Amino acid sequence: MSEASGVLVIMEQTSAGWHRISREALAAGKRLAAELNISCSAAVLGSAEVLAPLTTELANEDLSSVWSVEDPFLARYTADAFVASLQQILAQANPAYVLFPHTYQVRDYAPALATRLGEVLLSDVTAFNVSGGTSSFTRQWMGGKLNAEYRHSGPGVCLLSVQAGSFRAETSASSSAPCEIKRLTPQLSAANIRTAPSEPFREAARTVDLSSAQVIVSVGRGIGEQENLALVEDLARVLGAELAASRPICDAGWLPMERQVGSSGQTVAPKVYVAVGISGAIQHLVGMKGARTVIAINKDPDAPIFEVADVGAVGDLFEIVPALTRALQR
Amino acid sequence: MKIVVAVKQVPERDAAVRVAADGRSVDTGDAWTMNEPDAYALEEALQLKERDGGEVIVLSAGPERVESTLREALAKGADRALHIVTPESGAGSLPERDTLGVAQLLADAVRSESPDLVFTGLQSDDLGAGQTGVVLAELLGLPHATLVLSVESAADSGGKRIRVKRELEDGWFQHIEMPLPALLTIQSGGNRLRYATLMGIKRARAKETRAIEAAPPAERHDKTAEIVRISLPERTRQIEMLTGPADQIAAKLAERLRTEVGL
Repeated sequence: MSEASGVLVIMEQTSAGWHRISREALAAGKRLAAELNISCSAAVLGSAEVLAPLTTELANEDLSSVWSVEDPFLARYTADAFVASLQQILAQANPAYVLFPHTYQVRDYAPALATRLGEVLLSDVTAFNVSGGTSSFTRQWMGGKLNAEYRHSGPGVCLLSVQAGSFRAETSASSSAPCEIKRLTPQLSAANIRTAPSEPFREAARTVDLSSAQVIVSVGRGIGEQENLALVEDLARVLGAELAASRPICDAGWLPMERQVGSSGQTVAPKVYVAVGISGAIQHLVGMKGARTVIAINKDPDAPIFEVADVGAVGDLFEIVPALTRALQR
Repeated sequence: MKIVVAVKQVPERDAAVRVAADGRSVDTGDAWTMNEPDAYALEEALQLKERDGGEVIVLSAGPERVESTLREALAKGADRALHIVTPESGAGSLPERDTLGVAQLLADAVRSESPDLVFTGLQSDDLGAGQTGVVLAELLGLPHATLVLSVESAADSGGKRIRVKRELEDGWFQHIEMPLPALLTIQSGGNRLRYATLMGIKRARAKETRAIEAAPPAERHDKTAEIVRISLPERTRQIEMLTGPADQIAAKLAERLRTEVGL
């Protein structure tokens, strides 16, 4: 077998086209390949009908090849079918690097694929650095308090998943001639697919649309107790703002899940986002980075929320928030 | 149903973390707690046991301090505990093993119990890789589901299959059925965490904790994912930092908000 080479980006689609992070992963993969001076290709898995327009589009993306991995078993995602298929793609394409978008689906199968290959997935990568032909990859620790830089070693493939919002997706396809689309039908059998997934469903319709809110007051773990929510409710009222929260507040049942901002909640882009007692884990930041002005109130001067804030108030929210509400009422 | 819940002990959320002198590890002080997503996994296991009967065994790897987290789980209602003992630092310690290495330790301990279900939280609050559960499933040869919010017995399966509700993105959900034994990573927020009662704490003293000596790291490690450097993130945005008395901060914030919001 020839030596592994090139970058392979595994694209993910939804029923409405590319998953948002796919295009970011593609941009990251192309940049990594350019800096390492190696080729970049992409693969997408699904049923043949769904893949036709997607692979045609990919073929115009200035890639060395596009893999169309087609099978009826891939129409509805299962970890077993995806791991088995990807193992077969990797055996054929033999890439040195594989980039995944860090989606819920990737979180479900990529660690198993890595294990089967005797590798460890570097998940949630936010940046990479290439120097002297070697590359290192940054991911966050402790909810964003620290950056950890990793290097892959050993002869095996380097598997990476790319965090949402960390790499800018390219908007336009290149003008070069389309690349080759390679079709691969993986060997899959029903007996090896152990899970039976249902059709996805929604529960009650969302009654709160935070995405159109102009002003949002958002509350995090720093609020301490459910009874203290009145403080931020009062502030939201005088500002005419929607109330939102980070995941732990909704997990605890203090606010409904539909008021959650972040990777598992809503993505917002208000004029003003006031973050109260939110430390700023990356899962939260990806949901609110699009705000025009971010005002953060936190007792910890090193809280990661201050990395994306325009105004940072360091202090006790139980003093600052009521004082702010009073000042705005005057 | 026999359920093993793998939990991790992590630094307290408010712990001051510092980059250690070697630039490749972290000083976290000595305030430790149960990883919160794992607490949700434990809660789900306890509720299943209370509903359908069975046994909940809590499992953790780490140095002696991990015993406090295991005791907490026993006080909340776990029946017994398994402690894979590793050194605090140096050869064989958790920081010296990568995700696959740690999962191999857990897999050996789980095999000795032959449970119907294995639970973990979906990710850890410290390293946040979100992989240990899925890697463990692969090592054990078990089917798995991630981001699970609730678990029930599948209809007409005679207790041989389960049906779980799993969180997808953008407010979507999905049911998945699978045969037992299986591994589930539990999403936080699917249940309400309980507190240990005084009676629970008292009872926990009589419960068994079995210590297991950790196997030395396998030959393959040579870790494939090596940490080069730990650093503090840099601020990329120009920020106006306000400190001082709350009233002064509030006055400045109010001024800024009036302009921005147009009050």
